[in-house]
Amino acid sequence: MLGLDADRLRADLNRLLAFLFHQGILDEQYLQLQQLQDESSPNFVSEVVNIYFHESEKLLRNLRSLLMDREFSDYDKMGIHLNQFIGSSSSIGAKRVRNVCVAFRAASDQNNRAGCLRALELLEHEYCILKNKLHELFQIEQQRLLAAGVRYPMLN
Amino acid sequence: MSGNGASSSSLNMISGEDVVNNNFSALVVDDSPLLRLLHDIHLKKYGLKVQVAENGKVAVDLFHLGASFDLVLMDKEMPVMNGVEATKELRAMGVTSMIVGVTSKDGPGEQQAFMEAGLDYCFEKPLTPEIISFLLEELNKHHNKD
Repeated sequence: MLGLDADRLRADLNRLLAFLFHQGILDEQYLQLQQLQDESSPNFVSEVVNIYFHESEKLLRNLRSLLMDREFSDYDKMGIHLNQFIGSSSSIGAKRVRNVCVAFRAASDQNNRAGCLRALELLEHEYCILKNKLHELFQIEQQRLLAAGVRYPMLN
Repeated sequence: MSGNGASSSSLNMISGEDVVNNNFSALVVDDSPLLRLLHDIHLKKYGLKVQVAENGKVAVDLFHLGASFDLVLMDKEMPVMNGVEATKELRAMGVTSMIVGVTSKDGPGEQQAFMEAGLDYCFEKPLTPEIISFLLEELNKHHNKD
C-alpha cells in the first residue's frame, strides 16, 4: 500500500512535469539540472532553484524600483539586470520567464518606458506562476521520497 | 556560438574515460552565484578541478598571484571588471589558457566585440553537456600538441 503511494506520487510528479513542459513554463534545461543531481549532491536542484528565487526577487525589486522613479532614464542599468535575469532563467530552464525578459529587454533597448512597465507586469506574473509550480513540484517530490522511505521499514 | 573552427558537427561527446581521466583545471568567472554553482558542479562532473571568481578583477588578480587554469569560463557582464576587460587584460599578461565567453542572448555585434577581446570561443548561457564535451576535446587536443 505504501509502495503504491510512492508510485502514485511519482505519477503525479511526471504529470506535473509534462504539464510544465507542455505549457512552456520549463524546457529541457531543467532536465539537465536534474541529471546533475546525484548521491554526492542530493539537493542540487532545490539549492539551485532557491538561489534562482533569491536572485530573481532581487532583480524584480531593482527593475520595479528603476521604473517607479519618475526621473528614470538609466536603460543601460535596466539592460544589465535583464541580462542577468535572462542568463539565470535560461540556466534553470525557466523558458517563459526568459522569453518575457527578452521582450522586456527589447523595450528597454528602445527606451520604451510604457513597454517596459507592461513587460514588468507580465514578468512578475510569469515569475509567480513558475515559483508556485516549482514549489508544488518539490512538495510532491518530498512526499514521494517519504512514501518510498516508509515502504522499506527496518526489520529486526 | 562563435569560435575558431567550432561547429555543430564537431560538438561530439567524448568517451567517458576522457571525461574523468583529465587533470584539467577551470576558473568560472561570473557575478551570479547561481551560474557559478551550476558551472562549478557541471565541470566537476567532468572531472575538472574548479575555482570560482565573482568578477573579472578577481580573476585577473588570481593570475597575477601565479594561479593558472587550463580553461576560463568568462561571463560578459560583471561589475567591477567585465568579461571583455578581463579577457583583454589576461591576454595582455600573456595568459594562454582557453578563455570561453559565456553570454546571455546578445546581438552578434556584442559577441564579436567579446571575441575580439581574445576569446577562443563564445557560447550562450547555459553551457550544455555537448558544449562542455567539445571544450574538453579541444583541451585534450591542445594538451597533446604541447
